[in-house]
Amino acid sequence: MAKPFIKPILSPEEAARKVKSEKSLMLGGFNYGGAPYTMIDAINEAGTKDIDMICVGTSYYNDKVTEPVGIAKLVLAGQLRSLIASHIGLNKRTQELYTNGELPIELIPMGTYVERIRAGGAGLGGFLSPIGIGTDYEKGKQIIEAGGKRYILEPPLRADVAIVSAYKADRFGNLIYRGTSRNFNPTIATAGDYVIAEVDEIVEIGELDPETIITPGIFIDALVVKGANPYASKA
Amino acid sequence: MLPRLSEQAARERIAKNIALDLKDGSLVNLGIGIPQLVADYIPKDVKIIIQTENGIIMAGPAKGGDDYHVIDAGGRPISILPGGSIVGADLSFAMMRGGHVDATVLGVLEVDGEGSLANWMVPGVRVPGMGGAMDLVTGARRVYAATRHFNKDGSNKLVKKCTFPLTGYKVVDVIVTEYCVIKNIGGVMTLTQVAEDADLNELLEKTEMELAVAEDIRMMK
Repeated sequence: MAKPFIKPILSPEEAARKVKSEKSLMLGGFNYGGAPYTMIDAINEAGTKDIDMICVGTSYYNDKVTEPVGIAKLVLAGQLRSLIASHIGLNKRTQELYTNGELPIELIPMGTYVERIRAGGAGLGGFLSPIGIGTDYEKGKQIIEAGGKRYILEPPLRADVAIVSAYKADRFGNLIYRGTSRNFNPTIATAGDYVIAEVDEIVEIGELDPETIITPGIFIDALVVKGANPYASKA
Repeated sequence: MLPRLSEQAARERIAKNIALDLKDGSLVNLGIGIPQLVADYIPKDVKIIIQTENGIIMAGPAKGGDDYHVIDAGGRPISILPGGSIVGADLSFAMMRGGHVDATVLGVLEVDGEGSLANWMVPGVRVPGMGGAMDLVTGARRVYAATRHFNKDGSNKLVKKCTFPLTGYKVVDVIVTEYCVIKNIGGVMTLTQVAEDADLNELLEKTEMELAVAEDIRMMK
């Protein structure tokens, strides 16, 4: 179904209703940078449970950062049913859940993580990766030999809803990013059935220089303006 | 007796010796911890381009403050040097796998005589996840393990065979500890430099990893 030319601007609460129980959700962000903090708060407040989460990490919750940051709130509130991630070292609760077997968590190399999402958004049936060959990571995975080398067949990764964080959007949904807050966001924007972009500012069509647009608006379904979360405007 | 160095003195010595081994013009990724210190010891006449896995090419010094729009992989606000650029995670990791990163420096839990290393999980105890480490050790052209020679309880970090889940299989090129520099020469772990204050025979005796000694062994800097 074609997306509307002018993208709707939703309140965080309205947008959070797109995230359903027992469905998958993919979030952008790396460490503090570029996570959709406003939308995470709204999903937290909506109390949606049993989310199959795909996010590179689960942000901060540890002995130094005692108030959960970003997605860590969803982990602490028990809103996840499963998790695909790469690094959970900043969040002691996620590590507990892993160690105690209380939450199914699949840990994958970070480059493989982003490339699986890229494959998902690019219509590829998977790709051959050398990463993890010779380690426990290859166990149970399909190995393919090509050109005399062993590779892991990595499947594509998509989600029912993807939420990205960007700096500016125009009403078509074109996005520009700021600094390292770009990280996984442009890739994730291509791999959701419904894609929400949380942004600092929304401008009129024509105001963004086409040369600087990283994510064309064709990928975006709805826009949300960043809210009061203290990290939202700083990252 | 092997000297007991303070944590700081040991870390500085390790970082300095790695910095002196890096080649001019290299694109380098530095891990968290000791590897981060390497940037402080690059000689003035050597240009190193630092890549961060979250997408900076030509990362500069830390800035302080709480503006997180430009951070390193550890979440510290940093600067970007003139000539630097920002890419997304897809290109950042393509750079590693594609062999465009000349060197990576990582901390380890264990490194073994085959050049395999483990640094992402202590089963049942700590599960930080591999993050970008597997991509880096497989993709980077030269892999440096930056590590204290022994664990705090005196046990070996340089072992015959890793016991923790591997990050990479036969990938390490150079190991630098506070006591020595070890190079993987054709699959043989070879001690090429030793610290002035360390006794070579005692070091060989106490190190579990089997080591050859280079004929032209030198003092560490």
